[in-house]
Amino acid sequence: MTVATPSLATTSVRPVRVGGFDATWLLWIAIIAVLLFLVVSPFVYLVVTSFTAERTGGFTFANYGVAWGRARYVEALFNSLRLGVVSAGLAGLFAIPLAWGVSRTNMPGRGFVRMLVLATFITPPYTGAVAWILLAGPNAGWLNRFYMFVTGSEAGPLNIYSFTGLAVVIALYSFPYIFIFTSAALELVSSEMEDAANILGAGTWRTMRRVTLPLTLPAILGGLIICFLEAIALFASPAMIAIPARFNVATTQLFQFFGNPVRVEVAAAYAMPLLGVTVMLILVQRLMTHRKGFVSLTGKGGERRPIQLGRWRWAMFGYAMFVATLSVFLPYLFLLQAAFAKAWGRGFALDNISFRNFHFVLFEHATAAQSVINAFLFAGAAATAGVIITLGVAYIVTRRLVPYSGILGFLCIAPFVIPGVVLAIGFYAAYAPPPLALYGTALILILAFTTRFLPIGYVNNSAALRSINPEMEEAVRILGGNRITALRRVVAPLLKRSLLGAWLLIFIPATRELSSAIFLYGPGTKVVSVMIFDMSEEGNFEYLAALALLLQVLTLPLLWIGQRALGRDFMLRRIAT
Amino acid sequence: MSKLVLSNITKSFGAFEAVKDFSLELQKGEFVSLLGPSGCGKTTTLRMIAGFMPPTSGTIELDGQTISTPSGVVPPEKRRMSMIFQSYAIWPNMTVGENVGFGLQVRKLAGAEIDRRVDRILDVVQMRGLRGRYPAELSGGQQQRVALARAIVVEPEVLLLDEPLSNLDANLREEMRFEIRRLHDEFKITTVYVTHDQSEAMVTSDRIVVMNKGRIEQVDAPHVLYGRPKSRFVAGFIGRTNFLAGRRQGSDVLFEGFSAATSLLEGANGTGELLYSLRPQAIGLAAQKPNGGALAVEAEIAGRSYLGEYWDYQARPLGAAKPLRVSTGPNTVFEIGSRVWLEIDPAAMVRVE
Repeated sequence: MTVATPSLATTSVRPVRVGGFDATWLLWIAIIAVLLFLVVSPFVYLVVTSFTAERTGGFTFANYGVAWGRARYVEALFNSLRLGVVSAGLAGLFAIPLAWGVSRTNMPGRGFVRMLVLATFITPPYTGAVAWILLAGPNAGWLNRFYMFVTGSEAGPLNIYSFTGLAVVIALYSFPYIFIFTSAALELVSSEMEDAANILGAGTWRTMRRVTLPLTLPAILGGLIICFLEAIALFASPAMIAIPARFNVATTQLFQFFGNPVRVEVAAAYAMPLLGVTVMLILVQRLMTHRKGFVSLTGKGGERRPIQLGRWRWAMFGYAMFVATLSVFLPYLFLLQAAFAKAWGRGFALDNISFRNFHFVLFEHATAAQSVINAFLFAGAAATAGVIITLGVAYIVTRRLVPYSGILGFLCIAPFVIPGVVLAIGFYAAYAPPPLALYGTALILILAFTTRFLPIGYVNNSAALRSINPEMEEAVRILGGNRITALRRVVAPLLKRSLLGAWLLIFIPATRELSSAIFLYGPGTKVVSVMIFDMSEEGNFEYLAALALLLQVLTLPLLWIGQRALGRDFMLRRIAT
Repeated sequence: MSKLVLSNITKSFGAFEAVKDFSLELQKGEFVSLLGPSGCGKTTTLRMIAGFMPPTSGTIELDGQTISTPSGVVPPEKRRMSMIFQSYAIWPNMTVGENVGFGLQVRKLAGAEIDRRVDRILDVVQMRGLRGRYPAELSGGQQQRVALARAIVVEPEVLLLDEPLSNLDANLREEMRFEIRRLHDEFKITTVYVTHDQSEAMVTSDRIVVMNKGRIEQVDAPHVLYGRPKSRFVAGFIGRTNFLAGRRQGSDVLFEGFSAATSLLEGANGTGELLYSLRPQAIGLAAQKPNGGALAVEAEIAGRSYLGEYWDYQARPLGAAKPLRVSTGPNTVFEIGSRVWLEIDPAAMVRVE
């Protein structure tokens, strides 16, 4: 038997230069151009704008003078930093025991607790903030009313409109980050390491203090840093809570610089320290979690046995339920109440129940329904673009198709260190003025969302590509298929699930993205997060609750698809490695 | 005419020279192994033959046509070769049949013809019944057979194997190396086989290329390589051996504990230190002083290990510091500390550099 072989095109060698100019180079140039547009140019414009005089366009330091010239502007930044520290600390208190309980002990209901953490994770911070306004608003808040009912006193003890109130609300909805980091690290500490301490005479507590905790400490600190950064970058919760409480944080101050008239130059100058702090802490976090020597974080985990807690397992479970009550049960209960109430203050009476709110936001309100559609369309476009771009980059980087490909990977990761509000200012500075004049268009929102979530796409796609042995492709080539055949027949089919996962991991947060949207939307391009924010300013909590719940319900099928494709934990896997 | 010719191939990664001045000619149908410790450049050489990387200098020719030069290479898909990878690289998204038929599909054969050939080759590797299975449902050995079938079914000009057995357990590895040789005897495909396992190379190969630090140490048939190693590295790498350092004095060469006449030893006319390799199997062990032409050296048993198929003794010639390793049959038993006589045939002593 003989095989008809393709003729060997080598009567004279026609050299095909490896790394020479071919189609991969064109692709590389195209991708560089896209990344310049999405990442580099907004950043450059942000910096340049901060040194640009508003009227003349000349070089000036004046913007910094205006931005930092008043004590209350400076104070806003310090409020942010303080808020970050307190929120991260509180979030640590919520998250670390839960992570330990879920990943290392025989606490009952571990799967249930994990599910509740996921429920917390997918609750947008603004939705949580609104729920807590319903719960802990002075006098009218349900917890205060319950307290007054029980004790007969004149006023309730809780006031959400305070620094403490804001810090608690932020902590409640950012603790999943620490949970994710900590449980990922705990799951890599093998029982054998703890056994080794036990056999040398250390008890459970000493083992935890001397072995388990030090091994997981970098991850815990990394999680705390992410929480801190989340808190200082957050716009919605401070806007809803801090402004009525008459104090400012950096993001709300930025928003005011951005209000009428738009002083983008001052805003850019004001954003610089925020950016600086973020970049610095991300570097610290990287150094910590990537430090060599913590074998248990990089090596194989080995066998793991749950620690037997005895009677304490119920105490542990109780604590988990306490946290979940604060972050999930109470908020959702009263959001539901408000969504189905004629007036939320009238409580659970049967005659107070109505579907009017849903009908209103879906069919009567001028832009509410459209804002949901907008959010999903923009998020869909951004997720698609993000997945395609990052897949291209990840392929080029992992297969080292071109020299200096590492730069491309760096550009994809870079937006991670830019807070959403700052990114939005950069986009505004770069693309709002002519010739592009994109301000208020759907395109600028899509581009901003794409940039904002490039790191998620890149991290996931390059992990997926690294899991495919290059020999899979080489096998195609040596058997006569070219690179395209290899991509089409082998790589693409193997990546299907991961690509869907990456798409969802971008899409889900993009549908609820507020901090960059609030600076860039126009009359026709309002997204649901902005809509919810507006309703909170108008005090329409019934409509708001209905809309917020609608958004959550629409997310559920996506979660289900993601879990089918990638496993139960796909949202809670470490996202920032 | 030679099938595959590598001429003065060098490959550098930055300042590191992975392969240095490598030249080799393969005859049509020949089975040649590249053998050496990890990092010796054998896989790099194989990947240059496959066309996955260009040489830094030198050329590769197939059937008289140049396929690799530093300035350009014929891409792997145009070389009509096939390869078996260390990871097998069986595509998990395709069934056994689809994996094996892939190369034929790329060559645009008719569907019925592909089916016929796939079935035939699966018969050869005894996998016909598993044609519809997915790789995840196969054992390591079965995946290995699929990889073999996939590589052979296209009847490549050259078959390349990159440590194909290193992921299998010991028993299966032994079985598969006979299988690989059997397939070679059946199809007569010119083959280059990379391995760090000397017994794998010895079972499968017509010739073995021993490599060390990017250079060729020796190219020979397995029995020549074992019996007549040219360098200290080859003698130490292929099988176990004793190194004996001698010094010429008059018409004798003095070793530790004994001496031999230069006329009996090969290459003994050099000066300075003369290094010889002596295999443990080439030394006899006896309770009484033997008669005959062999050298008789009195020694003491310093240690021993029983390995089932043979005894591994450490016998120290009287007056020497270092014991020699001696292999005997499992029934030749000496206690530690007892006096014995070593029987050394000078012709078995091989001068190495």
